[in-house]
Amino acid sequence: MLRLDVNVFDYAILAVYFALVVLIGLLARRAIATSEDFLLSGRSLPAWVTGLAFISANLGAIEILGMAANGAQYGLSTVHFYWIGAVPAMIFLGLVMMPFYYKSRVRSVPEFLLRRFNPATHLFNAVSFAVAAVLIAGVNLYALALVIKSLIGWPIWVSIILSAAFVLVYITLGGLSAAIYNEVLQFFVIIAGLVPLVIIGLKDVGGWHGLQAKVHSDKLFNSWSGTHVGTWNNPLGDWIGIVMGLGFVLSFGYWTTNFAEVQRALSAKDLSAAQRTPLIGSFPKIFIPALTIIPGLIAIAVIPKMGSGDKAYNNAIPLLMNKYLPNGTLGVALAGLLAAFMAGMAANVSSFNTVFTYDIWQTYVRKGRSDSYYLRVGRIVTVVGILIGIATAFIASGYSNIMNYIQLLFSYFNAPLFATFIIAMFWKRATAWSGVAGLAAGTIGAAVMHFAGYHIGYFYPGGDVLAHAKVNAQMVNFYGAIVAFVADAVVTVAVSLVTRPKPVEELAGLVYGVPDPKAPDPKSLPKPSWWASPKLLGGVSAGIVVVLSVIFV
Amino acid sequence: MTSDSDAPKSAAARLFDIRLLIGGLFVLYGLMLGIAGFFTSDKARAKAAGININLWLGIGMLVLGLLFLLWRMVNPLKVAPDADVAADAGGSDVHH
Repeated sequence: MLRLDVNVFDYAILAVYFALVVLIGLLARRAIATSEDFLLSGRSLPAWVTGLAFISANLGAIEILGMAANGAQYGLSTVHFYWIGAVPAMIFLGLVMMPFYYKSRVRSVPEFLLRRFNPATHLFNAVSFAVAAVLIAGVNLYALALVIKSLIGWPIWVSIILSAAFVLVYITLGGLSAAIYNEVLQFFVIIAGLVPLVIIGLKDVGGWHGLQAKVHSDKLFNSWSGTHVGTWNNPLGDWIGIVMGLGFVLSFGYWTTNFAEVQRALSAKDLSAAQRTPLIGSFPKIFIPALTIIPGLIAIAVIPKMGSGDKAYNNAIPLLMNKYLPNGTLGVALAGLLAAFMAGMAANVSSFNTVFTYDIWQTYVRKGRSDSYYLRVGRIVTVVGILIGIATAFIASGYSNIMNYIQLLFSYFNAPLFATFIIAMFWKRATAWSGVAGLAAGTIGAAVMHFAGYHIGYFYPGGDVLAHAKVNAQMVNFYGAIVAFVADAVVTVAVSLVTRPKPVEELAGLVYGVPDPKAPDPKSLPKPSWWASPKLLGGVSAGIVVVLSVIFV
Repeated sequence: MTSDSDAPKSAAARLFDIRLLIGGLFVLYGLMLGIAGFFTSDKARAKAAGININLWLGIGMLVLGLLFLLWRMVNPLKVAPDADVAADAGGSDVHH
């Protein structure tokens, strides 16, 4: 039984943390007078804050535990989720796409689609995003409750209500600023909790070489071996799926169009800070695998029967906390883990309330009211979103498979997004109706490929749909994304060629090569110092990834 | 849409400096862990592969916390002059 030996010292550390979480909400409340203050932090934050929040909004506990599990199961191949599957997209967002988002003054990602395409495209994206965000907030809440139950023995319903109440208090009071400030704090606490695990674990197994000797599997210490097309035996499949499916379609779709991420950059104080947001975030992203994959590998080395029974791969980090951390340090690690769960929920709720208030309520239901009206709507929607999250969590605790279906369903909507956005930003001929047509085609393509994948021998280890073999689900997922991208791109172009393009003046500032005449002269804007240049940051980040990829090939 | 004159002004300039809270939390945690580190039992030390982890993590967190407080002192939050006016206007809006 995995039950942490928590004592009064650990609880004191947790109590201090949770008091601070509420204090941040109370203090951030003073800075809210308008709906943009509440939903977009008044576009006032410095780049280092939004950059760390950018990475923290993704560094939820599900991500941390899941990546440690991948580390235990797939070994160093897991770095593909970071170096190929995140960093290039973050650099692209900062250098190429952010100027379109930030300079056009859109308040959300769906709003960009409204101005670039038409209300149908806008509704398709806004509704699917909003529904996914509240349901995934519920998934986070349920996952948090499960971990608390297994680690410290509290009943599921107590954890769900209590942690939702904390999130409710700090976001309803302090809005996006409170969410972002808590994400920055959580970033440092989770790092402080994971570093001791890696240090103690590596000392215990005798360093990196000791780890390699103890794990005793060369496969887990290579990232690219077995990725040949046609004869793959890497756990993530062949390189086409990894590079094109994961690295290009899925990664760019998530990092450059998911509003929970882009919102952090839109809250930055100026264009330079908005551009630097994902670039600053890319630096921790490069090194986080050291704190997730290494614990996964250590767990394989030191925990007998890892991967079976209640020693599921997902428990790699909690099992190591139990084995290595004395009271005190244990409290810090636990605070980091719980904070990461709450941050995962808060990021979803704080992007949901913005999309619902601006893109659904203000655009289609109640237009033209005063700003204080929309500020009030934003607060009420925040409460409603959290209540739906709680309901989802309770439903999930009865039928845990529902969660997998929900996440699968929304992955169909996410897969084609990047195709639509890249065409939207770089091809001014793309017409109003091509947007929604492309998105629908891509979503259908992803769904069809997912079901077809189970009948295609190539996706099975060994190359046959054998009675006992299990399909490589990651590989089907990667190829499904490629199909979604192609379907979206083909339909977007085809529909554009047979429908009337939008007048060029409506595209000002939204498409490459169509400048906004109302935009301020770039020469009049303050120039950032040389060390804060987005191009330099992006270049350095890309360089580090290339060097590390060569070392750990 | 309301006209610009009666629209509330942003109060974002009144947002506090997060460096104070990060610094404060890490200094407090650093002291708590560091002090506990002086009373580490042999059992706790053996559990952590012979490392007095509370002491080292405490020192690390204390240093990071002090760095945040130092950064805040050396480079305090600058409030742009017009943002200051906006903040005052926002403040009076909120309180009347």
